[in-house]
Amino acid sequence: MGPLRVAVVDYGAGNLVSIGRALETLGAEVRPATGPGDLASADALVVPGVGAAAPAMLRLERAGLADAIGDWVRADRPCLGICLGLQLAFEGSDEDGATTLGLLAGRTVALRDAPTLPHIGWNQVVRRRPHPVLDGIADGADLYFVHSYVVAPTDPTIVVADTTHGSTFPSVVASGSFVGVQFHPERSGPDGRKILADFVRWAGGPGPIAGTRSDAEAAGRTAIVGGPR
Amino acid sequence: MLRRRVIPCLDVADGRVVKGTRFVDLVDAGDPVELAAFYADEGADEIVFLDIGAAPEGRSTLLDLVERTARDVAVPLTVGGGVRSVDEMRAVLRAGADKVSLNTAAVLDPDLVTRCATRFGRQAVVVAIDARRTSGSVNTWQVLVRGGRDPVGLDAVEWAVRAAELGAGELLVTSIDRDGTGSGYDTSLLRAIVERVSVPVIASGGAARPADLVGAIVEGGADAVLAASIFHRRIHSIAEVKAALAAAGLSVRLTPGVAA
Repeated sequence: MGPLRVAVVDYGAGNLVSIGRALETLGAEVRPATGPGDLASADALVVPGVGAAAPAMLRLERAGLADAIGDWVRADRPCLGICLGLQLAFEGSDEDGATTLGLLAGRTVALRDAPTLPHIGWNQVVRRRPHPVLDGIADGADLYFVHSYVVAPTDPTIVVADTTHGSTFPSVVASGSFVGVQFHPERSGPDGRKILADFVRWAGGPGPIAGTRSDAEAAGRTAIVGGPR
Repeated sequence: MLRRRVIPCLDVADGRVVKGTRFVDLVDAGDPVELAAFYADEGADEIVFLDIGAAPEGRSTLLDLVERTARDVAVPLTVGGGVRSVDEMRAVLRAGADKVSLNTAAVLDPDLVTRCATRFGRQAVVVAIDARRTSGSVNTWQVLVRGGRDPVGLDAVEWAVRAAELGAGELLVTSIDRDGTGSGYDTSLLRAIVERVSVPVIASGGAARPADLVGAIVEGGADAVLAASIFHRRIHSIAEVKAALAAAGLSVRLTPGVAA
């Protein structure tokens, strides 16, 4: 088997250099995805991003990527959403009223009771249940956040880890083949790199994937999608 | 709990690190990419590049530098200096920066802050404020532009409040009185701003000892502390500073394997 081919969704705003380079140093073959065709030959998908939901959705829709990402995740293929990429997986955002991809039930809401906003800096990610992408890091590891909104899943069992800044919010969410993180693993030093390495390993399967499925079943949740192939 | 950040600032010109004393009298202090990677390994929570080069051809040099740093250094990178438009900010972000700081351009064109925040999200927009104590006044400060040289008749605290309203996600507050003097941060200036805004405030200007960085947080209320010479001249390491913050009861990210 060759290197894992990762498509990184490019919708024209932020820094793709860091995530691309981080995945490359882990042995993945990285290509930017600016349209649905770029997903055809990929093994895994990364949806990065920062900023507001509405302009991001507009760009994804114009590029035909909104449907393509939805099809990808519904087809049980491995997908990592980072920051805005996590938030877009839910149904809508209170930040600007945008309707988002709707792959997971719930909304993106303002982070309440925060002493400072945006929430910028290193904060602890506390595990609520095991997941292969967190296998490499200690519980409570510091990871880098930069955001003002957080996800509020309808199904609390999809929350893998949470973090507290004023209030406690989901910092890692997983459902089937989709994993979303509110922090930026590509900016989070060695621990962030370990998370990306574990995502690459998980996405490349087969070993850890079985574990994920059984976690899901053990938790008795209804996954929107199954585990990755 | 959100950690207090320690941020080394690298003044760069023509692809090299320089550090001025009160923004003149520059001393070359090394390669920015290597230095940034070194600081990241030592526990720096972010890196700031401030482009102080004036040469027009320096822009492509800077973007190349940002890209090489973003590839090699796995902590957030903020880039300031010379960004005057949404397109210029976009170029810096595309090169691999996580945040862009606006200073003179934001003062001259406050709507730029809003345009950049709308396009890239407020978390990507840092407004840098160079402030000088008004002579004859105890606790008022004036905004200076163009590298901390020219007053523009703007109250620094009011400008901080306005910048946050306009869309700044963070404020980088430099005391020009203290910058390069090693006499500690202007904690009164920091406190005056922190009490008026809810965005994070980064303290800058005047650090000489770890106790100064502790003071910026404990007395000034800063969320993060930025320093240059103290680190570049190896007077104190990032790890030593973090150990001092931790000893003062402040929450910091301690990097495994790095001794203070």
